[in-house]
Amino acid sequence: MSDNAIRYISKPHPVTGVTNSKLGIWCFLASEVMFFGGLFSAYVLLRASAPSWPRGSDLLNVPLATLNTLVLITSSVTMVMAWASLALKDFSKYKRYMAATILLALVFLVVKSIEYAHKFEHHYFPATNTFYAIYFTLTGLHGLHVLGGVVVNTYFLFPGSALWKNDPEQFQGRIECAGLYWHFVDLVWIFLFPVLYLL
Amino acid sequence: MQKYYGWGLPYNASVSGADVDTLIYVLHGFMILLFVGWLIFLIVALIKFRSRAGHQATYKANHFKAPTYIEVGVALFEAFLLIGFSFPIARHVRTMPPKGEALEVRVVAEQFAWNIHYPGPDGIFGKSDIKLMGPGNPLGLDRNDPAAKDDITVINQLHVPVNKPVIVHLSSKDVIHSFFLPVMRVKQDVIPGQEIPVWFQAKDAGNFEIACAQLCGLGHYRMRGFLIVEQPEQFAAWQAKYAPKVPASAPVSPAPVAKE
Amino acid sequence: MNEKHHSHDLPFWRKYIFSLDHKVIGIQYGVTGLLFLFFGFCLMMLMRWQLAYPGQPLPLLGNLFSERMMVGGIMLPEFYNQLGAMHGTIMVFLGVVPLAVGGFGNYLVPLQIGAPDMAFPKLNMMSYWVYFLGGVTMIASFFLPEGAAQSGWTSYPPLANIATSGQTVWLVGMVLLITSSLLGSINFIVTIVQLRADGLSFFRLPFFVWAQFVTSFLLLLAFPPLEAAGVLQLMDRLAGTSFFMPSGLVVAGNPLVVSGGGNPLLWQHLFWFLAHPEVYVLILPAMGIVAEIFATNTRKPIYGYKSMVCSVIFLGFMSFIVWAHHMFLTGMSAKMSAFFQITTMIISIPSVIVLTALALSLWGGSIRFNTPMLFAVAFLPMFGIGGLTGLPLGLAASDIHLHDTYYVIGHFHYVVAPGTIFALFAGVYHWYPKVTGRKMSEVLGKIHFFLSIVLINGIFMPMFILGLAGVSRRLYDQMQYAHAQPTQPLNVFISICAWLLGLAQIPFVINFFGSLIWGKKVERNPWQATTLEWAAPSPPPHGNFDTVPQVYRGPYEYSVPGLKHDFWPQNMAQEN
Repeated sequence: MSDNAIRYISKPHPVTGVTNSKLGIWCFLASEVMFFGGLFSAYVLLRASAPSWPRGSDLLNVPLATLNTLVLITSSVTMVMAWASLALKDFSKYKRYMAATILLALVFLVVKSIEYAHKFEHHYFPATNTFYAIYFTLTGLHGLHVLGGVVVNTYFLFPGSALWKNDPEQFQGRIECAGLYWHFVDLVWIFLFPVLYLL
Repeated sequence: MQKYYGWGLPYNASVSGADVDTLIYVLHGFMILLFVGWLIFLIVALIKFRSRAGHQATYKANHFKAPTYIEVGVALFEAFLLIGFSFPIARHVRTMPPKGEALEVRVVAEQFAWNIHYPGPDGIFGKSDIKLMGPGNPLGLDRNDPAAKDDITVINQLHVPVNKPVIVHLSSKDVIHSFFLPVMRVKQDVIPGQEIPVWFQAKDAGNFEIACAQLCGLGHYRMRGFLIVEQPEQFAAWQAKYAPKVPASAPVSPAPVAKE
Repeated sequence: MNEKHHSHDLPFWRKYIFSLDHKVIGIQYGVTGLLFLFFGFCLMMLMRWQLAYPGQPLPLLGNLFSERMMVGGIMLPEFYNQLGAMHGTIMVFLGVVPLAVGGFGNYLVPLQIGAPDMAFPKLNMMSYWVYFLGGVTMIASFFLPEGAAQSGWTSYPPLANIATSGQTVWLVGMVLLITSSLLGSINFIVTIVQLRADGLSFFRLPFFVWAQFVTSFLLLLAFPPLEAAGVLQLMDRLAGTSFFMPSGLVVAGNPLVVSGGGNPLLWQHLFWFLAHPEVYVLILPAMGIVAEIFATNTRKPIYGYKSMVCSVIFLGFMSFIVWAHHMFLTGMSAKMSAFFQITTMIISIPSVIVLTALALSLWGGSIRFNTPMLFAVAFLPMFGIGGLTGLPLGLAASDIHLHDTYYVIGHFHYVVAPGTIFALFAGVYHWYPKVTGRKMSEVLGKIHFFLSIVLINGIFMPMFILGLAGVSRRLYDQMQYAHAQPTQPLNVFISICAWLLGLAQIPFVINFFGSLIWGKKVERNPWQATTLEWAAPSPPPHGNFDTVPQVYRGPYEYSVPGLKHDFWPQNMAQEN
């Protein structure tokens, strides 16, 4: 009675057209949208009720952040390539692209921590004012999401990739989900960057 | 004081409080009517359709028309309550009386007291500064400000004249409180960082109560103040009595009463 | 059965503690939830002493508490506030939601849709253990030197920002509980969308599954903003930010050293954006349970199944745009209050439709008055009172007088306590045979029911009188206010009812544990019900069904004319 197992783990549901994990990751991303939506509305409300609000570009390092934006966008591209390599059944190429994705994410985190270190050196802390408070909170939470992505991707690069031999379809599905999450993290940054650094 | 308070709504000493009371009574009448009607239906159904020998359930449900009509009726009545009562009352509460006609008072809440600040005869509130706050000056009133010379500050005692609109400007020094005058049907949250006006007009003189309605810390239960509604003469006499004596050091001369 | 899914060879800790089986996890959730309900109830019974006899030492138990809780048996106001805050938090987030969603949902949803398990068993297990950790964190905060959180379950800043360390632990606990709920809700949505048995279309789902489905969306979308708010308040408390702190605060005579520039109302908006949908998280599963029990025990289909389903979906949507009716007194403009009053009146309509449909379902039935049915029937008038008394609170004008008084306490307790919790009791009695293979005692069940229904009304009905008299909630000692003194005798009455209600739960406890041993053994379908869970053995084995179910019809085919039996199970191909 092996048909009494959980269905649609690696094959998509005939009606919904998705696997369980893909639907799950979309639900998770919906909740993430509400999470960052809540934080963005906090930002809007604080800014609207503040008597004066600094221009982000005067206080923050725009060139470094621009670099970081490019790094993150590139990592999204390598993530897609990693998934596409699996679709083409090229596992070694997948490994290279996945490694590149992780590396770029780490570059992002290093650049971000350089930015933070600069701020701390000049005695700008979350407690300094509401602008820095929301800056550190939003970028910090985004940074945690990047870190989470690094952990997940590293898992799929090393121990998790053993699944490729047993069930390539399911493994490819998992990489797709990890990719969706990674694009979301990228997208959040694309909102954060202009909102905090430019406006 | 007991004559004002009992098991029902507190005594209404406000000119416009009767509207709120009417709404509350109408609502409760409506609620009781609906509930009793519905309970009768429920009991009849439970008795009539109890399981017993020879009784069988019917598969095909009757299509009931009545619930739809009742539903629409309830919705219409809710709309009537909104338009007929709630919107006008809410607007009335939010529309301050003209500045000249009303007595203006500042009430600054803190854990766990109500600081009352009258502008004095000049009608202008003196400046206050948190640097000046101390045990003797809980409002941090700057007595060097000319407008502050005649200001009266008291704690927990809100004296107001009867039959005159009173605008209370509410603010808080620390946490959220809620300014509640049961007999005036006035309740307004006091939000730190904001000044929120609220107004009432007393129709009866008497000794009433100010309560805090929002949890504000361990002393929330004893954050009690007094609302003393007086005849205009008595109120004037009280103000004169509490008017600050001209400080010896201050070069400015005339007693505040002189301006009247 | 698939070798991988074989449960026999698993060690004890994999089978019963870190189990991946939705049924074991459901039981874990249910039992933990019941224990937390009991704990939260005990906190309330302690508070009721202080409320009934303010300033008098608590007899017998008074000396068991430490100096920072009670001095000579007399409760301190700080401890009273801790009890109040934790009673609310525990009942809502650790008691009712885990029992209704985690317990009943986990156990029943896969069974009712004919699935072998939840879509993500590991996520399911994680969700329980994160919840458990959150619960432990919350309870542990009582043992901090300064005690647990004491700013109310709503935790309004600035009060919560300047509160003692218990508040930080509360926030950490909340973040854990929210995470657990999110994991759970994703699992429910995926399970219901993907794993329904063949032939089980959406409009053939039992109403309970629909209720859980909508609930999951509410949890999924409403909780994250509270998580965001929780993070912001943690930042305020730990990193010294001022998200909720305006400039120029002076606490106890000393200017507060913060940058300022924040807004206390920001918290309220984020909080109530969750906490209003949360009300429906509490009530929808209860409605689902009542619908199931009604159909089974009236022996006829639910009246207006489709309009009920549409109503709960509409309810779900609307619940996201009514939140500011909790904030009518924060000085919002007349326009904004008008908007939220209108949405509030609109949301009452679908609730009335569901309630009416349930009541009309009785008409034409053949009603069996067993214990689950008694609790389920009682849900209707109790929830009705809760709903109706929401009306004066939803209109900004009458809310002026009633806001933050005992009227509010009475209102939402009628919804949640004799409403939801009665429905949950009904569910326990109804599905106990499925879970254990034995029936609970009807005699003890009826004693439990009649004592509870009388006493619970004795608790909450007088609160409306207190509220109309203007007695504020969260008062440590209402005798301090002249306007609250005349109603003090009612407090004594309420407290006595509350303690007796505590005693009235003893038959339930005896029944619950005793029936494991002495309960009458039952077959698969003791109630002669139609939905899929009754097609599985009692208790269902790992993997649930011995044959993969196929569904042929809607969920409530009772008393179909021309059939031999008065019930026609969903999975029965031909007439039985």
